[in-house]
This record gives sequence, C-alpha cells and structure tokens, in this order.
Amino acid sequence: MNPSAENIVNDDVAQPVVADSTGADSATLAADAPVQIATSVRTPWSEFWRKFRKQHVAVVAGVFVLLLVAVAIVAPAIVPYDAENFFDYDSINALPSLKHWFGVDPLGRDIFSRILMGARISLMAGFVSVAVGALVGTALGLIAGYYGGWWDRVIMRLCDVLFAFPGIVLAIGIVAILGGGMINVIVAVSIFSIPTFARLVRGNTLALKHLTYVEAARSVGATDWTIVLRHIFPGTIAAVVIYFSLRIGTSIITAASLSFIGMGAQPPTPEWGAMLNEARADMMTSPHVAIFPSLAIFLTVLAFNLLGDGLRDALDPKIDQK
Amino acid sequence: MLQFIVKRLLGLIPTLLIVGLLVFLFVHLLPGDPARLAAGVDATPETVALVRQDLGLDKSLPQQFLRFATGVLHGDFGKSLRTKRPVSEEIGDRFMPTLWLTIAAMSWSVVIGMIIGILSAVWRNRWPDRLGMTLAVSGISFPAFALGMVLMEIFAVQLNWLPTVGADTWKHYILPSLTLGAAVAAIMARFTRSSFVDILQEDYVRTARAKGLSENVVVIKHGLRNALIPVVTMMGLQFGFLLGGSIVVEVVFNWPGMGRLLIDAVDMRDYPVIQTEILLFSLEFILINLVVDVLYAVINPTIRYR
Repeated sequence: MNPSAENIVNDDVAQPVVADSTGADSATLAADAPVQIATSVRTPWSEFWRKFRKQHVAVVAGVFVLLLVAVAIVAPAIVPYDAENFFDYDSINALPSLKHWFGVDPLGRDIFSRILMGARISLMAGFVSVAVGALVGTALGLIAGYYGGWWDRVIMRLCDVLFAFPGIVLAIGIVAILGGGMINVIVAVSIFSIPTFARLVRGNTLALKHLTYVEAARSVGATDWTIVLRHIFPGTIAAVVIYFSLRIGTSIITAASLSFIGMGAQPPTPEWGAMLNEARADMMTSPHVAIFPSLAIFLTVLAFNLLGDGLRDALDPKIDQK
Repeated sequence: MLQFIVKRLLGLIPTLLIVGLLVFLFVHLLPGDPARLAAGVDATPETVALVRQDLGLDKSLPQQFLRFATGVLHGDFGKSLRTKRPVSEEIGDRFMPTLWLTIAAMSWSVVIGMIIGILSAVWRNRWPDRLGMTLAVSGISFPAFALGMVLMEIFAVQLNWLPTVGADTWKHYILPSLTLGAAVAAIMARFTRSSFVDILQEDYVRTARAKGLSENVVVIKHGLRNALIPVVTMMGLQFGFLLGGSIVVEVVFNWPGMGRLLIDAVDMRDYPVIQTEILLFSLEFILINLVVDVLYAVINPTIRYR
C-alpha cells in the first residue's frame, strides 16, 4: 500500500467512467457542509444524479423498485390472509372484490396475499443470483483483464464454455443435477450470469489499465492489489451497475420460467411463475388467476429494465452529446 | 476468407472438447449411481452389475470418455431409459418441429424488430420512436410463458381463430412463433435503433445528405449496411436465446419438440436423453455463433484481417 500514490492519482486525473468511491465520499462531504462551493465542484456522483434526475421514466421506475422492495420486506406483516394455508371455500374462483383485491384462486386462496409473498421470492431470486454473478464475474474479469496471459486465456475459455449453453438449458442441466427448488434455481441463474459480467469487466479493465493514471500508480510502486482495487475497479463500476439492473429483469424471468416448467418453486409456494403454472389448468373458467401473476412479473421486470436504461443514459459518457 | 473460417473452426475445438467433457461428466454428477438409475428401481444387484458393464461404467473415467466421444461421433447417444429407443431416434422425431418454430420466430422478429428500430431512429424522440420503444421495452419485460397463455386465451379460446396445441398445420405455428419471437423482436428493435442513431450521425451520412440524396437513399443505402454489422452479431446471440426460449414456449403450447422432450426427460430422470439434448443445444448454439462470425466478416471486411 502506498498512500501517496493514491493521492496523486485520485485527485486530478479525470477517470474515464464515472462513479468511483472517491466521488461518493466527496459527495457525502458536500452534503454535510453545504457552504462549500457546491456549484463549481462536480463530483461524478452529483454529475450522475443531475443526469439521472432528468430521466423521469427511470426515476418513476426506481421509486417503483424501492416500493416493491419495501413491500417484499414487510409482506408477511401486511398480507390480509395467509398465502399458503388460508382457504376461503365460500368464494372459490371469486373475481376481485373489496374482500379479496385480486380475487380468489380455484383452491380458495387469496391471490393478493400470494402476489405479495411472491414478490419476496422473485426479488430475492433476481437480486441474489445477479449479485453472485456480478461478484464472481467482476473478480474474474478484473483478473483476466489485468494480468492477461494465461489467466486471461483460462478465464475467457471458461466463459466461452458457459456461453456455449443457452442460459435456460444450462439452468435445466444444473437443476437436473441438484434437483428442483428455488435455491438450486438461484445457483443455476448465478452461474450463467457470471460470464456476462466477466466479459464486461475484462473489456473495461483492458481499456483502463493503459491509462496514464494507472501507469502513474504503478510507477510510484503501488502493488497490483492496490491498482486493481483502487484504480481500475472503480472505473468498471458504472458498467456493472447498468448491467446489474438490466440483468435482474432477465434473472427474474428465468427463475419464473423455471418454476413455470416445474423445476423451481413447487406448489403451494406463491412464486409467480409457479402460480401461473397452477393457473394454466383453469384458464378457461378463471383467467383472472393467471392475469395477476403475469402482471406482477411484467411490471417488476419492466421497472428494472426502465431503471437500467435510465442508469445507462445517466452513466454512459457517450450519450451526453446526443 | 477461407483462412478466416478455418481459423475460427480450429478455435472452436477446445470449446467443443470442454463442452463434451462437461456433458459427459453430467451423468457422474447426478445424485445416485447411474447404473442403478439405468437398470430401474427394482433391479437386482446382478442386473445392476450387468447394466454397469453394458454401459461401460466399470471402466476408468478417461476410457469412459473415449467411449462416449466415439459414440457421439458415430451418432450413437445410447438408449432412452424410458422408451428403450435409441436417443437419436427420440430426438430425431422432435428436432424438426423445434427447428421450424425457431426459424419462424426468428424470421418475423428480426424483420419487424429491425423495421421498428429503423423507424424509431429516423424519427428519434418523436412519436414513432416513443411508440416503438415503449413496445420494445414491454416486449423484453413480458415473460414468454405469460404471453403465450394470454395469446392462447384470446385467439384460440375466446375468438377460436387458431388452434391451441399441436404442430400439424401452419396455423399451429402462428401463436407459438409470435410468443417465442416477441422478446427477440423487442431486443432487435432496441439494438437496431441505437446502432442506427450512431450511424446517422456519421460524417459520411452528412456528406450523402449534403450532396442532395433523398432521405430514403441515405437511410437505406448509407445507413442500413453499416448499421447491420452490430445487428447481425445481436441476431446470432438471439438465436441462442430462442433455442432456450423454445423450451418454455413448447411447454405452454404442448409443442412436440426438443424442449418438451427435455422437460419430460428431466422429470423421468432419463439421463441419456438429457445429456444428448444439452449437447445438441450447445452444439447448435456454437454453430450459430460461428455462422454469425462468418457473416460478420462478410459484411465487415476489416474483421477478416485481424
């Protein structure tokens, strides 16, 4: 570790991609002491926020996502009925009403409660699998891009192999080995999220590692570890964040698809894909049972995609001139 | 050009070997003894031993891999545990319906997706763009199985215009291919738009306009060909997505294809079928990516000489 090297590097050289840790720090500093010349200093963070705020659709989507997360967290406390074990035999297949906001399914369960509880499962599946994929992928991408040579060849070959299986086929293979269930679905989705992040971060690392500020850090004797973590990794964050948001949508759909084909969550678990699968048998008589889980998946994924688009527009320096 | 193709083909060999190895190891990763799985639940120890010998499971792993690889190269994938028919026959029956479905979905979605993308780019930030991109972002957010159920409910059940399940006539293809292609059309639209927006700001496009060419000629002749380069790559990636997506769509529409076979095989723990299907799916994917690379080189000559 060489603190002087970091100071030289962090302070003056404009980093190619926004949102590094130093930026975030100074943003909080500025917030603590508003007297400072807030207008002339544009930290990457404030710059990002300035652009992101203008994306009204993305802001709405972001608020929706936050709301959804909040609902998912408190769901067990606020659901009107037990999602799995409450059966209202008097109103089987009932349409939406004041008593049952989203109606009742053929077994007499309250659909609204099931949707709320399902949000926990879907969000968890989407978030955890992408987080694991992003973590492992970013680490592999940094190593491959920074060290090059054998590391690069082995890691990229691994990614090629993972890429050689269409995502859901890989997931089905993994589920066939590990057995069904939501945990295994999350493992499967994590594994196929890895190569995308690895490639993305590797590309960014390759672009960053020859920049002057990285060479400056190296020339004053910073260790590889410091260079990668303090000087290269922050430059890849923007790309990872954008991808993270867009990937969550895909992962939620994949996890729901696996449940839909009977390999993920099993009935009576109120997972949205599994609910749709159950609803299939009664499509003719009670289509409303299928509508709400479909809408739930659609709106959730849509929100993550719109948020991801907004983040990309706010974080990508190229978009500015258009 | 030939040199480029040969180089790409040689580059595939390590990937193919590793994919083959993984698929081979699949059987050994399954919980439980594969010989017992193959022999059935109530088989006697003697039968299990016989089956083990028959399948070559008593040999060393490298020997087994060699046997597996020779089998695959000869088109011998073993026998289905469920039907006792050769896996190649099982899959042979199911291959064409899936291929046709994928091609049908790919054709409409690429054409429509690109048209939406081009229109959106030409009328950027005006209503055709807004409409097109709203459709597109909805398309990538709506899960295929839900879309399939909705389409089936409306057009097959309520309106009774189209058949619900099966793959007998061209009418059977409409709903499944719409379902399967929707997300691809959406992705193509978004991608074509951003590629086109970039191109329309290039100097040579300005030159073309400056010399008085009509906007149609500028867009089609100067824009399209250059914008196609990234679009073709995207198309290849989407084909892989379609192969995977067809599994879910086949379940919704009870389509007699490879996807349904795979799901049934996983349910029945029919591992020779699972193994072969995974191998085939990834082979198809690798081949498609190769074709895309070659196409890419045809469109963009600079790639060939790297």
